[in-house]
Amino acid sequence: MTNQPINESINQLLYALELADNALIIGHRISEWCGHGPVLEQDIALTNTALDHLGQARSFYQFAANIFNALPADQKANFFSSPVLQNKIAAGENIDEDDLAYLRDGWDFRNVLLVEQPNKDWAFTVIRSFFYDVYNFYFYTELQKSKVAELAAIAEKSLKEVTYHLRWSSEWVIRLGDGTEESHERMQTAVNERWAFTGELFQMSEADKVMLAEGIGIDLNAIKPLWQQRVAEVLQEATITMPASTWMQEGGKEGRHSEHLGYILAELQFMQRAYPNMEW
Amino acid sequence: MQQVTKEQVYEWLSGVTDPEVPVLTVLDLGIVRDVAVNGDEVTVTITPTYSGCPAMDVIGMSIRMALLSRGFKKVNIEMQLSPAWTTDWMSEEGKQKLKDYGIAPPVRTSTSGLGLFEDDAVACPRCGSEDTELVSRFGPTSCKSLYKCNNCKEPFEHFKCH
Repeated sequence: MTNQPINESINQLLYALELADNALIIGHRISEWCGHGPVLEQDIALTNTALDHLGQARSFYQFAANIFNALPADQKANFFSSPVLQNKIAAGENIDEDDLAYLRDGWDFRNVLLVEQPNKDWAFTVIRSFFYDVYNFYFYTELQKSKVAELAAIAEKSLKEVTYHLRWSSEWVIRLGDGTEESHERMQTAVNERWAFTGELFQMSEADKVMLAEGIGIDLNAIKPLWQQRVAEVLQEATITMPASTWMQEGGKEGRHSEHLGYILAELQFMQRAYPNMEW
Repeated sequence: MQQVTKEQVYEWLSGVTDPEVPVLTVLDLGIVRDVAVNGDEVTVTITPTYSGCPAMDVIGMSIRMALLSRGFKKVNIEMQLSPAWTTDWMSEEGKQKLKDYGIAPPVRTSTSGLGLFEDDAVACPRCGSEDTELVSRFGPTSCKSLYKCNNCKEPFEHFKCH
C-alpha cells in the first residue's frame, strides 16, 4: 500500500467521525429531555428526534469502523488516545460502532461545539436544534451527491428525518419568538448566546477540505448562504433580531472542546468504562 | 432441504409482522427489497424505515427465525439504505389493514418540503370525518404522528407520509 490511499482513508475516517460525533452528541443532549418534557407530546417529539440522530450516528460509526479496521497496523496503534481502545487494537481486535462511541476520549471527538452546549431552558434547546437542523438539511442534501455510495445513501436516508426535525425546531422558534413577552425575551437571549457557535459549522477542517477535493465531502462555504437565508427568514417570522456578526467559537472539529463534552461523555460512557463489554 | 423458490420465501415472509404495528407484515411495509436463495442459504435484503427505528433489529431477528424454522441452514439479513424507504412502498392491503386497526394510513405521496405549520388533511379512521387536527408530528413510534378528531372527539394515530 502506498501513502496516498492511506491518507485518503484517514481523511475519510476523520470526516465520518465528524458527522457521527455531531449526530451522537446532539442526540444525547436531546435525549436528556426524556421524561422531562414540558408536555407529553413534546417529550415524545424530542425522544423521537434523539433516536433519529442516534440512528444516523450508528450508520456513520459503522462506516468509520470499517475504514479503521482496514488500515495497516502501524497506523491504527496510536490513532486513538484512550488506553482501553489502544489495548483492544494492540490485541489485533477489530473495533465497531460501540467502541467508537463508548471508548474514545474527549479529544478524539470531532463534533462542533454547538451540539455539546447544555439544554438550559426550552428556548436554548430549540435554538440549538434549529441552527443545527438548518445546517443538517442543506448538508445532507449536498452529501447525497458524494461519490462514496455509502455516505450518499446515509445522507438520502437521513434527509427525510432531518426535514421533520427542521419543521419542528423552526415552528418552535416562531412560536416562542412571536409569543408572549417572556417567551420572546428568552428566545432572543438564546439566539444571542448561541450565535457564537454557528460559525464553526462552516469552517472547513483539513479532512473537510480533502474530502471536498476528492468529490466525497461537500463545500461548507456553498451551503453557508443557504443557511443564513433560511435562518434569517425564520427569525424574521419569529420577530427575533438576528445578531450582528461577531467573533466565533471554534475548535470542536480539531478535538478542542468546551468543558461540557467531558460531562456528557462521563454519563454516556460510564457503563462501558466501568463494566467493559457489558450488554443488556 | 428441497430447492426453495424466491416466491416461496416471499410467502413465508408474509407471516412476519412488525412488532410495533402487528397488523402489518414486512411485505405490507415495503421494507423487503430482495430475496436470494442459494441452496440451504438465503439472503434477505431489507431497508430500514427510520435510521433509529428500534423495531429493525427485532424484524431482522423475526425474519431469521421464520426462515430457519423452514429449514434454511443460513439466513443473511442485509441492510440497504438507498433508495431510502418511503411509505409510497406500502401495499394497498397494508393501508386498509392499518385503517381497520385504528391507525390512519399515509395519505399522499411523500415529499420533503420545507413548509411550516402545514398539516395533512387526514381522515379519522373511526368516523371518517376530515375535520381532524394535528396534535404532534411525532408519536409513540418514529413512523406515527398524533391527531385528534373534532367530530367524534377521539384521538388517533396517523402513519406518517415519509
